[in-house]
This record gives sequence, structure tokens and C-alpha cells, in this order.
Amino acid sequence: MSDSKPGSGAGPRPDADVAVQTCPVSGEGGPPPVERPTVTDWRTDWDHLGPRWRDDPFPIWDKLREGPIARTERFEGAWLPTRYEDVKAIAYDTDNFTSRRVVLRHRKFEDPPLPAPPLTSDPPDHKEHKRVLLPFFTPEEVGKLEPLARRICNALIDGFIADHRCDAAQQYARHIPVRIIAYMLGVPIRDSHLFIRWIHEILEIGNVDDEINRNGIKAMRDYFRHHIALRKEGRTEADPDGPEPDLIRAMMDGSLNGVPFEENHVLGTLNLLMVAGIDTTWSAIGASILHLGRHPDDRRRLIEQPELMPTAIEELLRAYSPVTMAREVRKDVELRGCPMKKGEMVLLSFPAANRDPAVFPDADKVVLDRRENRHVAFGLGIHRCVGSNLARMELRVAIEEWLKRIPDYRVDGEVRWSDGSVRGPRILPVAFA
Amino acid sequence: MKVRVDPYRCEGHSRCHSLAPELFELDDFGNATAVGDGAVPPGMEDRARLAAANCPEHAVEIVEDAG
Ligand code: HEM
Ligand code: SF4
Repeated sequence: MSDSKPGSGAGPRPDADVAVQTCPVSGEGGPPPVERPTVTDWRTDWDHLGPRWRDDPFPIWDKLREGPIARTERFEGAWLPTRYEDVKAIAYDTDNFTSRRVVLRHRKFEDPPLPAPPLTSDPPDHKEHKRVLLPFFTPEEVGKLEPLARRICNALIDGFIADHRCDAAQQYARHIPVRIIAYMLGVPIRDSHLFIRWIHEILEIGNVDDEINRNGIKAMRDYFRHHIALRKEGRTEADPDGPEPDLIRAMMDGSLNGVPFEENHVLGTLNLLMVAGIDTTWSAIGASILHLGRHPDDRRRLIEQPELMPTAIEELLRAYSPVTMAREVRKDVELRGCPMKKGEMVLLSFPAANRDPAVFPDADKVVLDRRENRHVAFGLGIHRCVGSNLARMELRVAIEEWLKRIPDYRVDGEVRWSDGSVRGPRILPVAFA
Repeated sequence: MKVRVDPYRCEGHSRCHSLAPELFELDDFGNATAVGDGAVPPGMEDRARLAAANCPEHAVEIVEDAG
């Protein structure tokens, strides 16, 4: 499939081609080395894009939780709450904290930023921006996709099981969510490699390279523009068994107060669905396989007591939460004695909140049968993850199918974690009998 | 015992429904309401408490029987 061009057969796509040529993707050459000044004091100079945070952020958060909300002059001035209560207060306070920027990059660009509704929407429009998507993601609808998820997982395992080893991130976890969301959106699954590449450009290298970020976003928008144009001609390249309507069609037909969504809105949401659902779930699956590889006792327990699966999935999501978001301060506000100024950013670390010992006893332990678990891996308040039911299903199925066929395995080689705000293993070598 | 879902707090995490489908139902947008009048059948009290303890939004309320 290496010969298929972006949007194969869809006419020239100059931006997509440029982006593809200029950007090495991790696992296919690795991202360019990013040089960042070393952090000396995490309370006053934190940096979530550096190697220490990437490789082991937990001790950093534990230290910071003891003091006031941490501050950095990097990123044009930003704050870092690490306690559950503070993260919750900010997530609920949509008056003082806007979602118009939700990624803390090395610097802000694009003013106003490109919208990605409902993620970047604030009240009152947020509700309608989200409502159009919700019926696609209920547990009942998601349940219908479970057989497809199982087929995808097994086909991937078929591809490497005879080798007695694989990279569980690159050859397994990575390919599961992307195929399912392509199916739901109504675009060909064979284009998955493009989505993986664009997302890497947007979410990882793009955090520190504006050009690559813009190219990735542009390529993805052009891609969706093409699939919208096809539908206007009464054509589609969707899977013939796929949902009817698919997500692209639903967005084309969406409206707010009787006014159809603008193109910018439609493209923003479609891009978001692609970006939000892939790296995130890939990360959760990878981190879970990594944990079970390094903790054979947990693995055996889960195999012997499959009834633990529901609590285990929630616990793995808590302990290895992949997603960190951000907010922009809308007007000057004080939080726990910290003067936050309009225009500054706040890193909203759901992962740090999920390790707060004030809320989770033994917060640093994975307790597969944890009974009380109000974790916030999918956020809190109005921006609760649209895809949470889908992500949970994908994670559960991916782990179930893996353990059925590869019950005994070990991590065998160096693990590499992602850069950026979505945290998960990107290289995960495992060996099995 | 009765359960109730506060519609202003519920954000549709569906934790309650997945832990106790007999007690909570979801609408087309994934938001929860108590099944029927929310009365918890005998023997399901523990599940009701479990659902309440896992709702990230604290939207599930438990009303214990008086006396
Ligand atoms: C384990 C996997 C996932 C995790 C940990 C995760 C996490 C999150 C979090 C924390 C938010 C809240 C953002 C905020 O408050 O600013 C969010 C929002 C969102 N997620 Fe996910 N997500 C995952 C998978 C998915 C999937 C599979 C999809 C869809 C295909 C998806 C689509 C969305 C959308 C559309 C929003 C915006 C919701 C809104 O603003 O109302 N996510 N996600
Ligand atoms: S767990 Fe809480 S937020 Fe989620 S559906 Fe139930 S009541 Fe609503």
C-alpha cells in the first residue's frame, strides 16, 4: 500500500504531499531531536515537552502536589495544577477558563485559533456542537462495532504471532482505533497510514514546529474536503457495510438554530474526531499491554478472573491516563492564591489528578479491583470525552484478544514514550513463546 | 433505597449504566436517568452504591430508606 497517495485517485493534494515528504514519523526514522533548556526547578520552570516529563512524569507531579499551583515562564506564561480538586475546579469553570485553545504548544499561534468543535467550543454553543455527535457514541451504538474491533485485533495478531515477538505499539495498538474511526467517519480504512502520519505531525512534532503542524492540519482538512465533495456528487468511498449516515454525512447535515454548520466547523469537527480518537486510544492500549507485560501477577489474575475486566480497564485508564489538555485564562482570576492573568495558559493534567493520593488511596499502585474510581481520564464537566464509550470498548477488546492469544509475554527491549500531550508507548518490543 | 441522577451534573460518562444496567438507563445522547421511580430492588443496594462511587461528576444520589 506504499504507493497510495494521500486521498488516492482524488486529484492533486500538494499540501499533503509536502507534509508527507518533509516529516519523518516515529518508528519510521524517529522524530527530529528536540532541544529544550533543562528544567532546574519544576515549581517555577516546568516543561511538559521535555524528556524527563515524557519518560517519568509521576515523581514530578507528586512533588508539585505538595505546593502551590506550579508556574512556568515558558509557553508565554503557564500554570500547572496537579491536585484533583484544582483540575476539577478549572474543568468546571468555563467562565474563567476558555477552551478556545486546548493544546499547550511551545508558543501560541493562529489568532483566533482554528475551531475544533465541540472541543474548542464554550457555552452556550458547545452543547449543540456536541449533540450532533453523541448518538454515534452511546454504549449501544458502540456495542455494534465490537465484532469489527475483534476482527481487526485478530487480523493484526495473525500478522506477527509466528514471529514470537512484535512491537505491540507499532504493530498492534496503533492500528486498532484508526481503522474503527475511519469506518465510522466513512472514509477508506486503507488510508489509515495517512491519518497516523498527520496525527503525528499535529500532536507530536507539531507542538514545537509550527510549519509541520500547519501542514498536517491542512492535509487533513483537504482530505475531508474531498470526501465531502464526493458526497455532494452522490458518491462515497466508505465501507459498503459502514454506518448510514456516517459521521461525515452527519456533520454535513448538522445545524445550529436552523443554520447549517459552516465549512470551517464541519472540517474542524471531522479533524478532531480523527485526531482525538487515535493517538489517545492507541496510547491506552499500549500502556495497558506494557503494564501487564511488566506485572505478570496482574496479568495472570486478569486471565484467571475475567470478571475483573471492567474494574481493571478503569484502573489502567486511571493509572496511565493518556490525555492532558489545556485552557486559556479568559479573565484575570485567582485560584488557590495564584494570580492567573488573562491570556495565560493552564495545563489541565487529568493524568496528574488521577494520581492524587487525596482521592485515590495507593494512587501509584494499579489495583485491578479498585472499587471506588472516579478517575478523570476522559475529562470532567461539559467536555467529557465524546468517544469514552468507544475508547473503553476498544481498550477492553484489544486486551481481551491479546490475552487470549498471547497470554504469556514479556517486555523485551527499550520502550519509547510519545512526545506531547497524549502519553503512551510508541515503541514497545515484546517477546512471547 | 432509591437512586436518582442529577440531570444538571450528569455528563454521560455512563459508568452508572455499565455497573448497574438494571438501575440506570441512558438516553440517545448518553445521559442517564434512574430506571422507573429509582427504587432499588432488594439485593441491589451494593450495586447502587458502587454506581454512585464511580460517577466522576457525583451525579448519582442515593436516598436511603428512613428508619
Ligand atoms: C483512551 C482514549 C481517550 C482518552 C483518554 C480521551 C480523553 C479525552 C479528554 C480528557 C477529553 C476532554 C478534553 C477537555 O476537557 O478539554 C476528551 C474530549 C474529546 N474526545 Fe476523547 N479521549 C479518548 C478517546 C476518544 C475517542 C475514541 C474519540 C472519538 C472518536 C474521542 C473524541 C473526543 C471528542 C470529540 C472530545 C471533545 C468533547 C467536548 O469537548 O465536548 N476521544 N477526550
Ligand atoms: S456515571 Fe454519572 S455522569 Fe455518567 S451517566 Fe451515570 S450519572 Fe451520568
